[in-house]
Amino acid sequence: MTVANLSTPRSHSPIPVEEVTEATIRLAGDSGDGMQLAGTQFMQTSAMLGNDISTLPDFPAEIRAPAGTLAGVSGFQIHFSSTEIHTPGDQLNTLVAMNPAALKSNLKDLEPGGILIVNADAFAAGDLHKAGYPANPLQDGSLKGYRLFAVSITKLNREAVSELKLSTREADRCKNFFALGLVYWLYERSLEPTLKWIQSKFGKNPSVREANARALKAGYNYGETTEAMPVHYRVSKAAIAPGRYRKITGNEALAIGLVAASKRADLPLVYATYPITPASDILHQLAELKRYGVRTLQAEDEIAAIGAAIGASFAGTLGVTGTSGPGICLKSEAIGLAVMTELPVVIVDVQRGGPSTGLPTKTEQADLLQAMFGRNGECPACILAPCSPSDCFDMAFEAVRLAVGFMTPVFVLSDGYLANGAEPWPIPDPAKLPRIPVRFAPAHVGGNGTSNGNGEAVFHPYERDPRLVRPWAVPGTPGLEHRIGGLEKEDVTGNVSYDPANHEHMIHTRAQKIANIANEIPELSVVGPAEGDVLVLGWGGTYGSIVTACQRAQRKGLKVAHAHLRYLNPMPRNTGEVLKRYRKVLIPELNGGQLRMLIRATYLIDAIGLNKIQGKPFLVGEIEAKITEVLSAEC
Amino acid sequence: MSTLTTLHTLSPKDLASDQEIRWCPGCGDYSILAQMKKALAGLGIPREKFVFISGIGCSSRFPYYMNTYGFHTIHGRAPAIATGVKLARPDLSVWVITGDGDGLSIGGNHLIHAIRRNMDLKIILFNNEIYGLTKGQYSPTSRIGTRTKSSPLGSIDTPLRPLSLALGADATFVARTIDIDIHHLTETLKRAAAHKGTAFVEIYQNCKIFNDGVFEYATDKSVKSDNVLSLQHGRPLVFGKDQNKGIRLHGLNPEVVDLGNGIAKDDLLVHDEKADEPSLAYLLSRMVHPEFPECIGVFRAVERPTYEHVLNHQMEETIASRGAGKLEDLFASDETWIVE
Repeated sequence: MTVANLSTPRSHSPIPVEEVTEATIRLAGDSGDGMQLAGTQFMQTSAMLGNDISTLPDFPAEIRAPAGTLAGVSGFQIHFSSTEIHTPGDQLNTLVAMNPAALKSNLKDLEPGGILIVNADAFAAGDLHKAGYPANPLQDGSLKGYRLFAVSITKLNREAVSELKLSTREADRCKNFFALGLVYWLYERSLEPTLKWIQSKFGKNPSVREANARALKAGYNYGETTEAMPVHYRVSKAAIAPGRYRKITGNEALAIGLVAASKRADLPLVYATYPITPASDILHQLAELKRYGVRTLQAEDEIAAIGAAIGASFAGTLGVTGTSGPGICLKSEAIGLAVMTELPVVIVDVQRGGPSTGLPTKTEQADLLQAMFGRNGECPACILAPCSPSDCFDMAFEAVRLAVGFMTPVFVLSDGYLANGAEPWPIPDPAKLPRIPVRFAPAHVGGNGTSNGNGEAVFHPYERDPRLVRPWAVPGTPGLEHRIGGLEKEDVTGNVSYDPANHEHMIHTRAQKIANIANEIPELSVVGPAEGDVLVLGWGGTYGSIVTACQRAQRKGLKVAHAHLRYLNPMPRNTGEVLKRYRKVLIPELNGGQLRMLIRATYLIDAIGLNKIQGKPFLVGEIEAKITEVLSAEC
Repeated sequence: MSTLTTLHTLSPKDLASDQEIRWCPGCGDYSILAQMKKALAGLGIPREKFVFISGIGCSSRFPYYMNTYGFHTIHGRAPAIATGVKLARPDLSVWVITGDGDGLSIGGNHLIHAIRRNMDLKIILFNNEIYGLTKGQYSPTSRIGTRTKSSPLGSIDTPLRPLSLALGADATFVARTIDIDIHHLTETLKRAAAHKGTAFVEIYQNCKIFNDGVFEYATDKSVKSDNVLSLQHGRPLVFGKDQNKGIRLHGLNPEVVDLGNGIAKDDLLVHDEKADEPSLAYLLSRMVHPEFPECIGVFRAVERPTYEHVLNHQMEETIASRGAGKLEDLFASDETWIVE
């Protein structure tokens, strides 16, 4: 643990320091270059320095695409600021490109006049050819719109570690830390947290530990002493609410949220899943948490995973499954079974680009209608969507509360952007988390029913409470022996029934039960004017971009408000009323218009869409421009 | 009468639910249901501890007729759901009821993985070599040439042998029995119940409507002793009306021999259900009528830790060495910093 006032190193060199409120940088290289690691260190250090941060990793689906090719480029973007921020940033102030391929695929995001640091040693003819450059961009004048710093990173790094007698390969493995050191100098970051991390990470391997530490320092000193760069930057601490913080990714928050909910519900967690990008990290996290009473099952397939989760819930524990869109396709029939048998199951869908295998490592929000309707029959389930990495904690917790509270499957629609993105998280006090009430049907309650052939009282598994919730009757409880299944149930008794009127009644009952959830979730709140010209309505992971765009529009004096749906089914009960207070409703989504379709169908509001389906999050500027367009169409 | 069943008073009747049974008259399932109640009543396990989980098909209606906990799930997935139940509650006696279509076709994947994990599940596969509920298509166990609505010129798929498949997945308990061989069926179910780990039992079951008599060679009193070999652990493989035939190993292959004329029982294969390697059991599972008598009884019964046991052991060990997890530690499991 560190107090967030690490001494920022004061430069002794005559190079001036320029104070900026925020900066966005991206470290890009080959997927074997350690860019994710370096980026994570930069994020960690910046958070500890007291900046607000938001990050966006971007990596290829291939584990090791051919080195030096465009397909193998991996990047890590960090937005850090002395004010509150919500997105990883639209445009880069600084780009580090470790090879020509990284330069080629990332340059378009660098602002005009931005700082471009390249590893000059990686621009030999062969490297240029692999990236498809006909001529060396470092020499042909094509980069003159940027502040280019061509640094012999490979060579300088080898010299820095030369005393350690490493192989060339081992030495080159440290060059990400050389680059990181240089960027640390550029943004006046302390080396302390990373040196500490190197110490603990490579403690058992002294030469590697020493090499990484030397590379980091050498990069920093290069900036400090060579005066290659005419300026460097300071991003001061943000005014962040006091408290204890950690950085958290969406997948970490989801895993931790599930465990917290299981503890507060006093239900052991059974997480059954099948490995799939970008959800597998949740399994990795939970597999390590056996001492928290977490059981994980790496099932043989997606269907088995949800099957085991359903079985675990039937048997009185908290059954959870996690996957991405293709996995939801496979689980659909079993989700229908959970709807029919009214068992509490949490289904995490970390959405990615689709259809089919689609874009496994890229983000999208295109599974909303699948979660709503992707099953046979009239088959309603509850749907939640976290709006930021740390909100994944809250929504995982909510999903458990609603699943056991209403005996229903609950979807959590995260996405690749939230899953891998990170932000600071004010660590909550576990004792202050609400208790999640769970009521198992007590033994021997069968007296309210009819009797069987032996004159014994029969338990009625589908006798509902006033909220239409059926009892959770757990195997092993004397007197509650009963049978459930996927065939239509007779009201109250739960026996198989083909009666037409009963079927319709049960369809309506299951739908009404889900609708009743609206009575136990928060209302939709609006940030901005309570009525006016435009309401921007978002859902899920687009929150950061939308909120920033709306803030900018409001600062310009525009009558724009923002509302964000984290509960998609049912929607908050005041949703329709809120929407009708604005002349236009704009719905930005990373899909073809799925929420818009639901809003139009449900509330008969002719919402306008802003739809982007490129596997990437919205830029703030894109939403801002659309707001302006919608407002001008108003006139 | 109390709804709280005690160990001592459980009778087969206590295990009957109030639901009207809807199998066709003459279906082999009736006998299996009756013997199951008989076998379970004698186990000394309270009624509320039994859970019956099924997939889809005629056999999968079974849980509705048992006054225990029951879950009639979706096609082929019963082993997966049972796996979840057992993970959550290792103390329950969990039975999977499946058929040749449910377990070997649509649910084949779950079946082999439940078996390889050695979950403590009792998997009872009713094999009638036909799809009954969908009105008579050939199944993955139908013999080549079986004429059905979906194979009017005779089926051309090589049939799966359920026990060979289970052994291939390293099953720790494998047995076969026959619906109307009441005594043998009850005893086999009891043996399965006593096994700690996955017990896989294939039951030859007659479908009166769509595949009547397919196992007649194994059930007709006039011929069955020549066609069925009842396995006994430690005993030579002898069969026939007059117990005058046996199975001998010729190289790696079994052969039928007549006893006498220089061939004694000592020359025959001796059954060993506890053999470490499943090779003998596999060889027996490949013996099919009419070239060979078909074996019934326990093919294999060996011990291996169950999945849930090892999982819980891992959990206990990590708690013993590192202490039970606390949320405050989990929340702070990454670098933390204080903003003042």
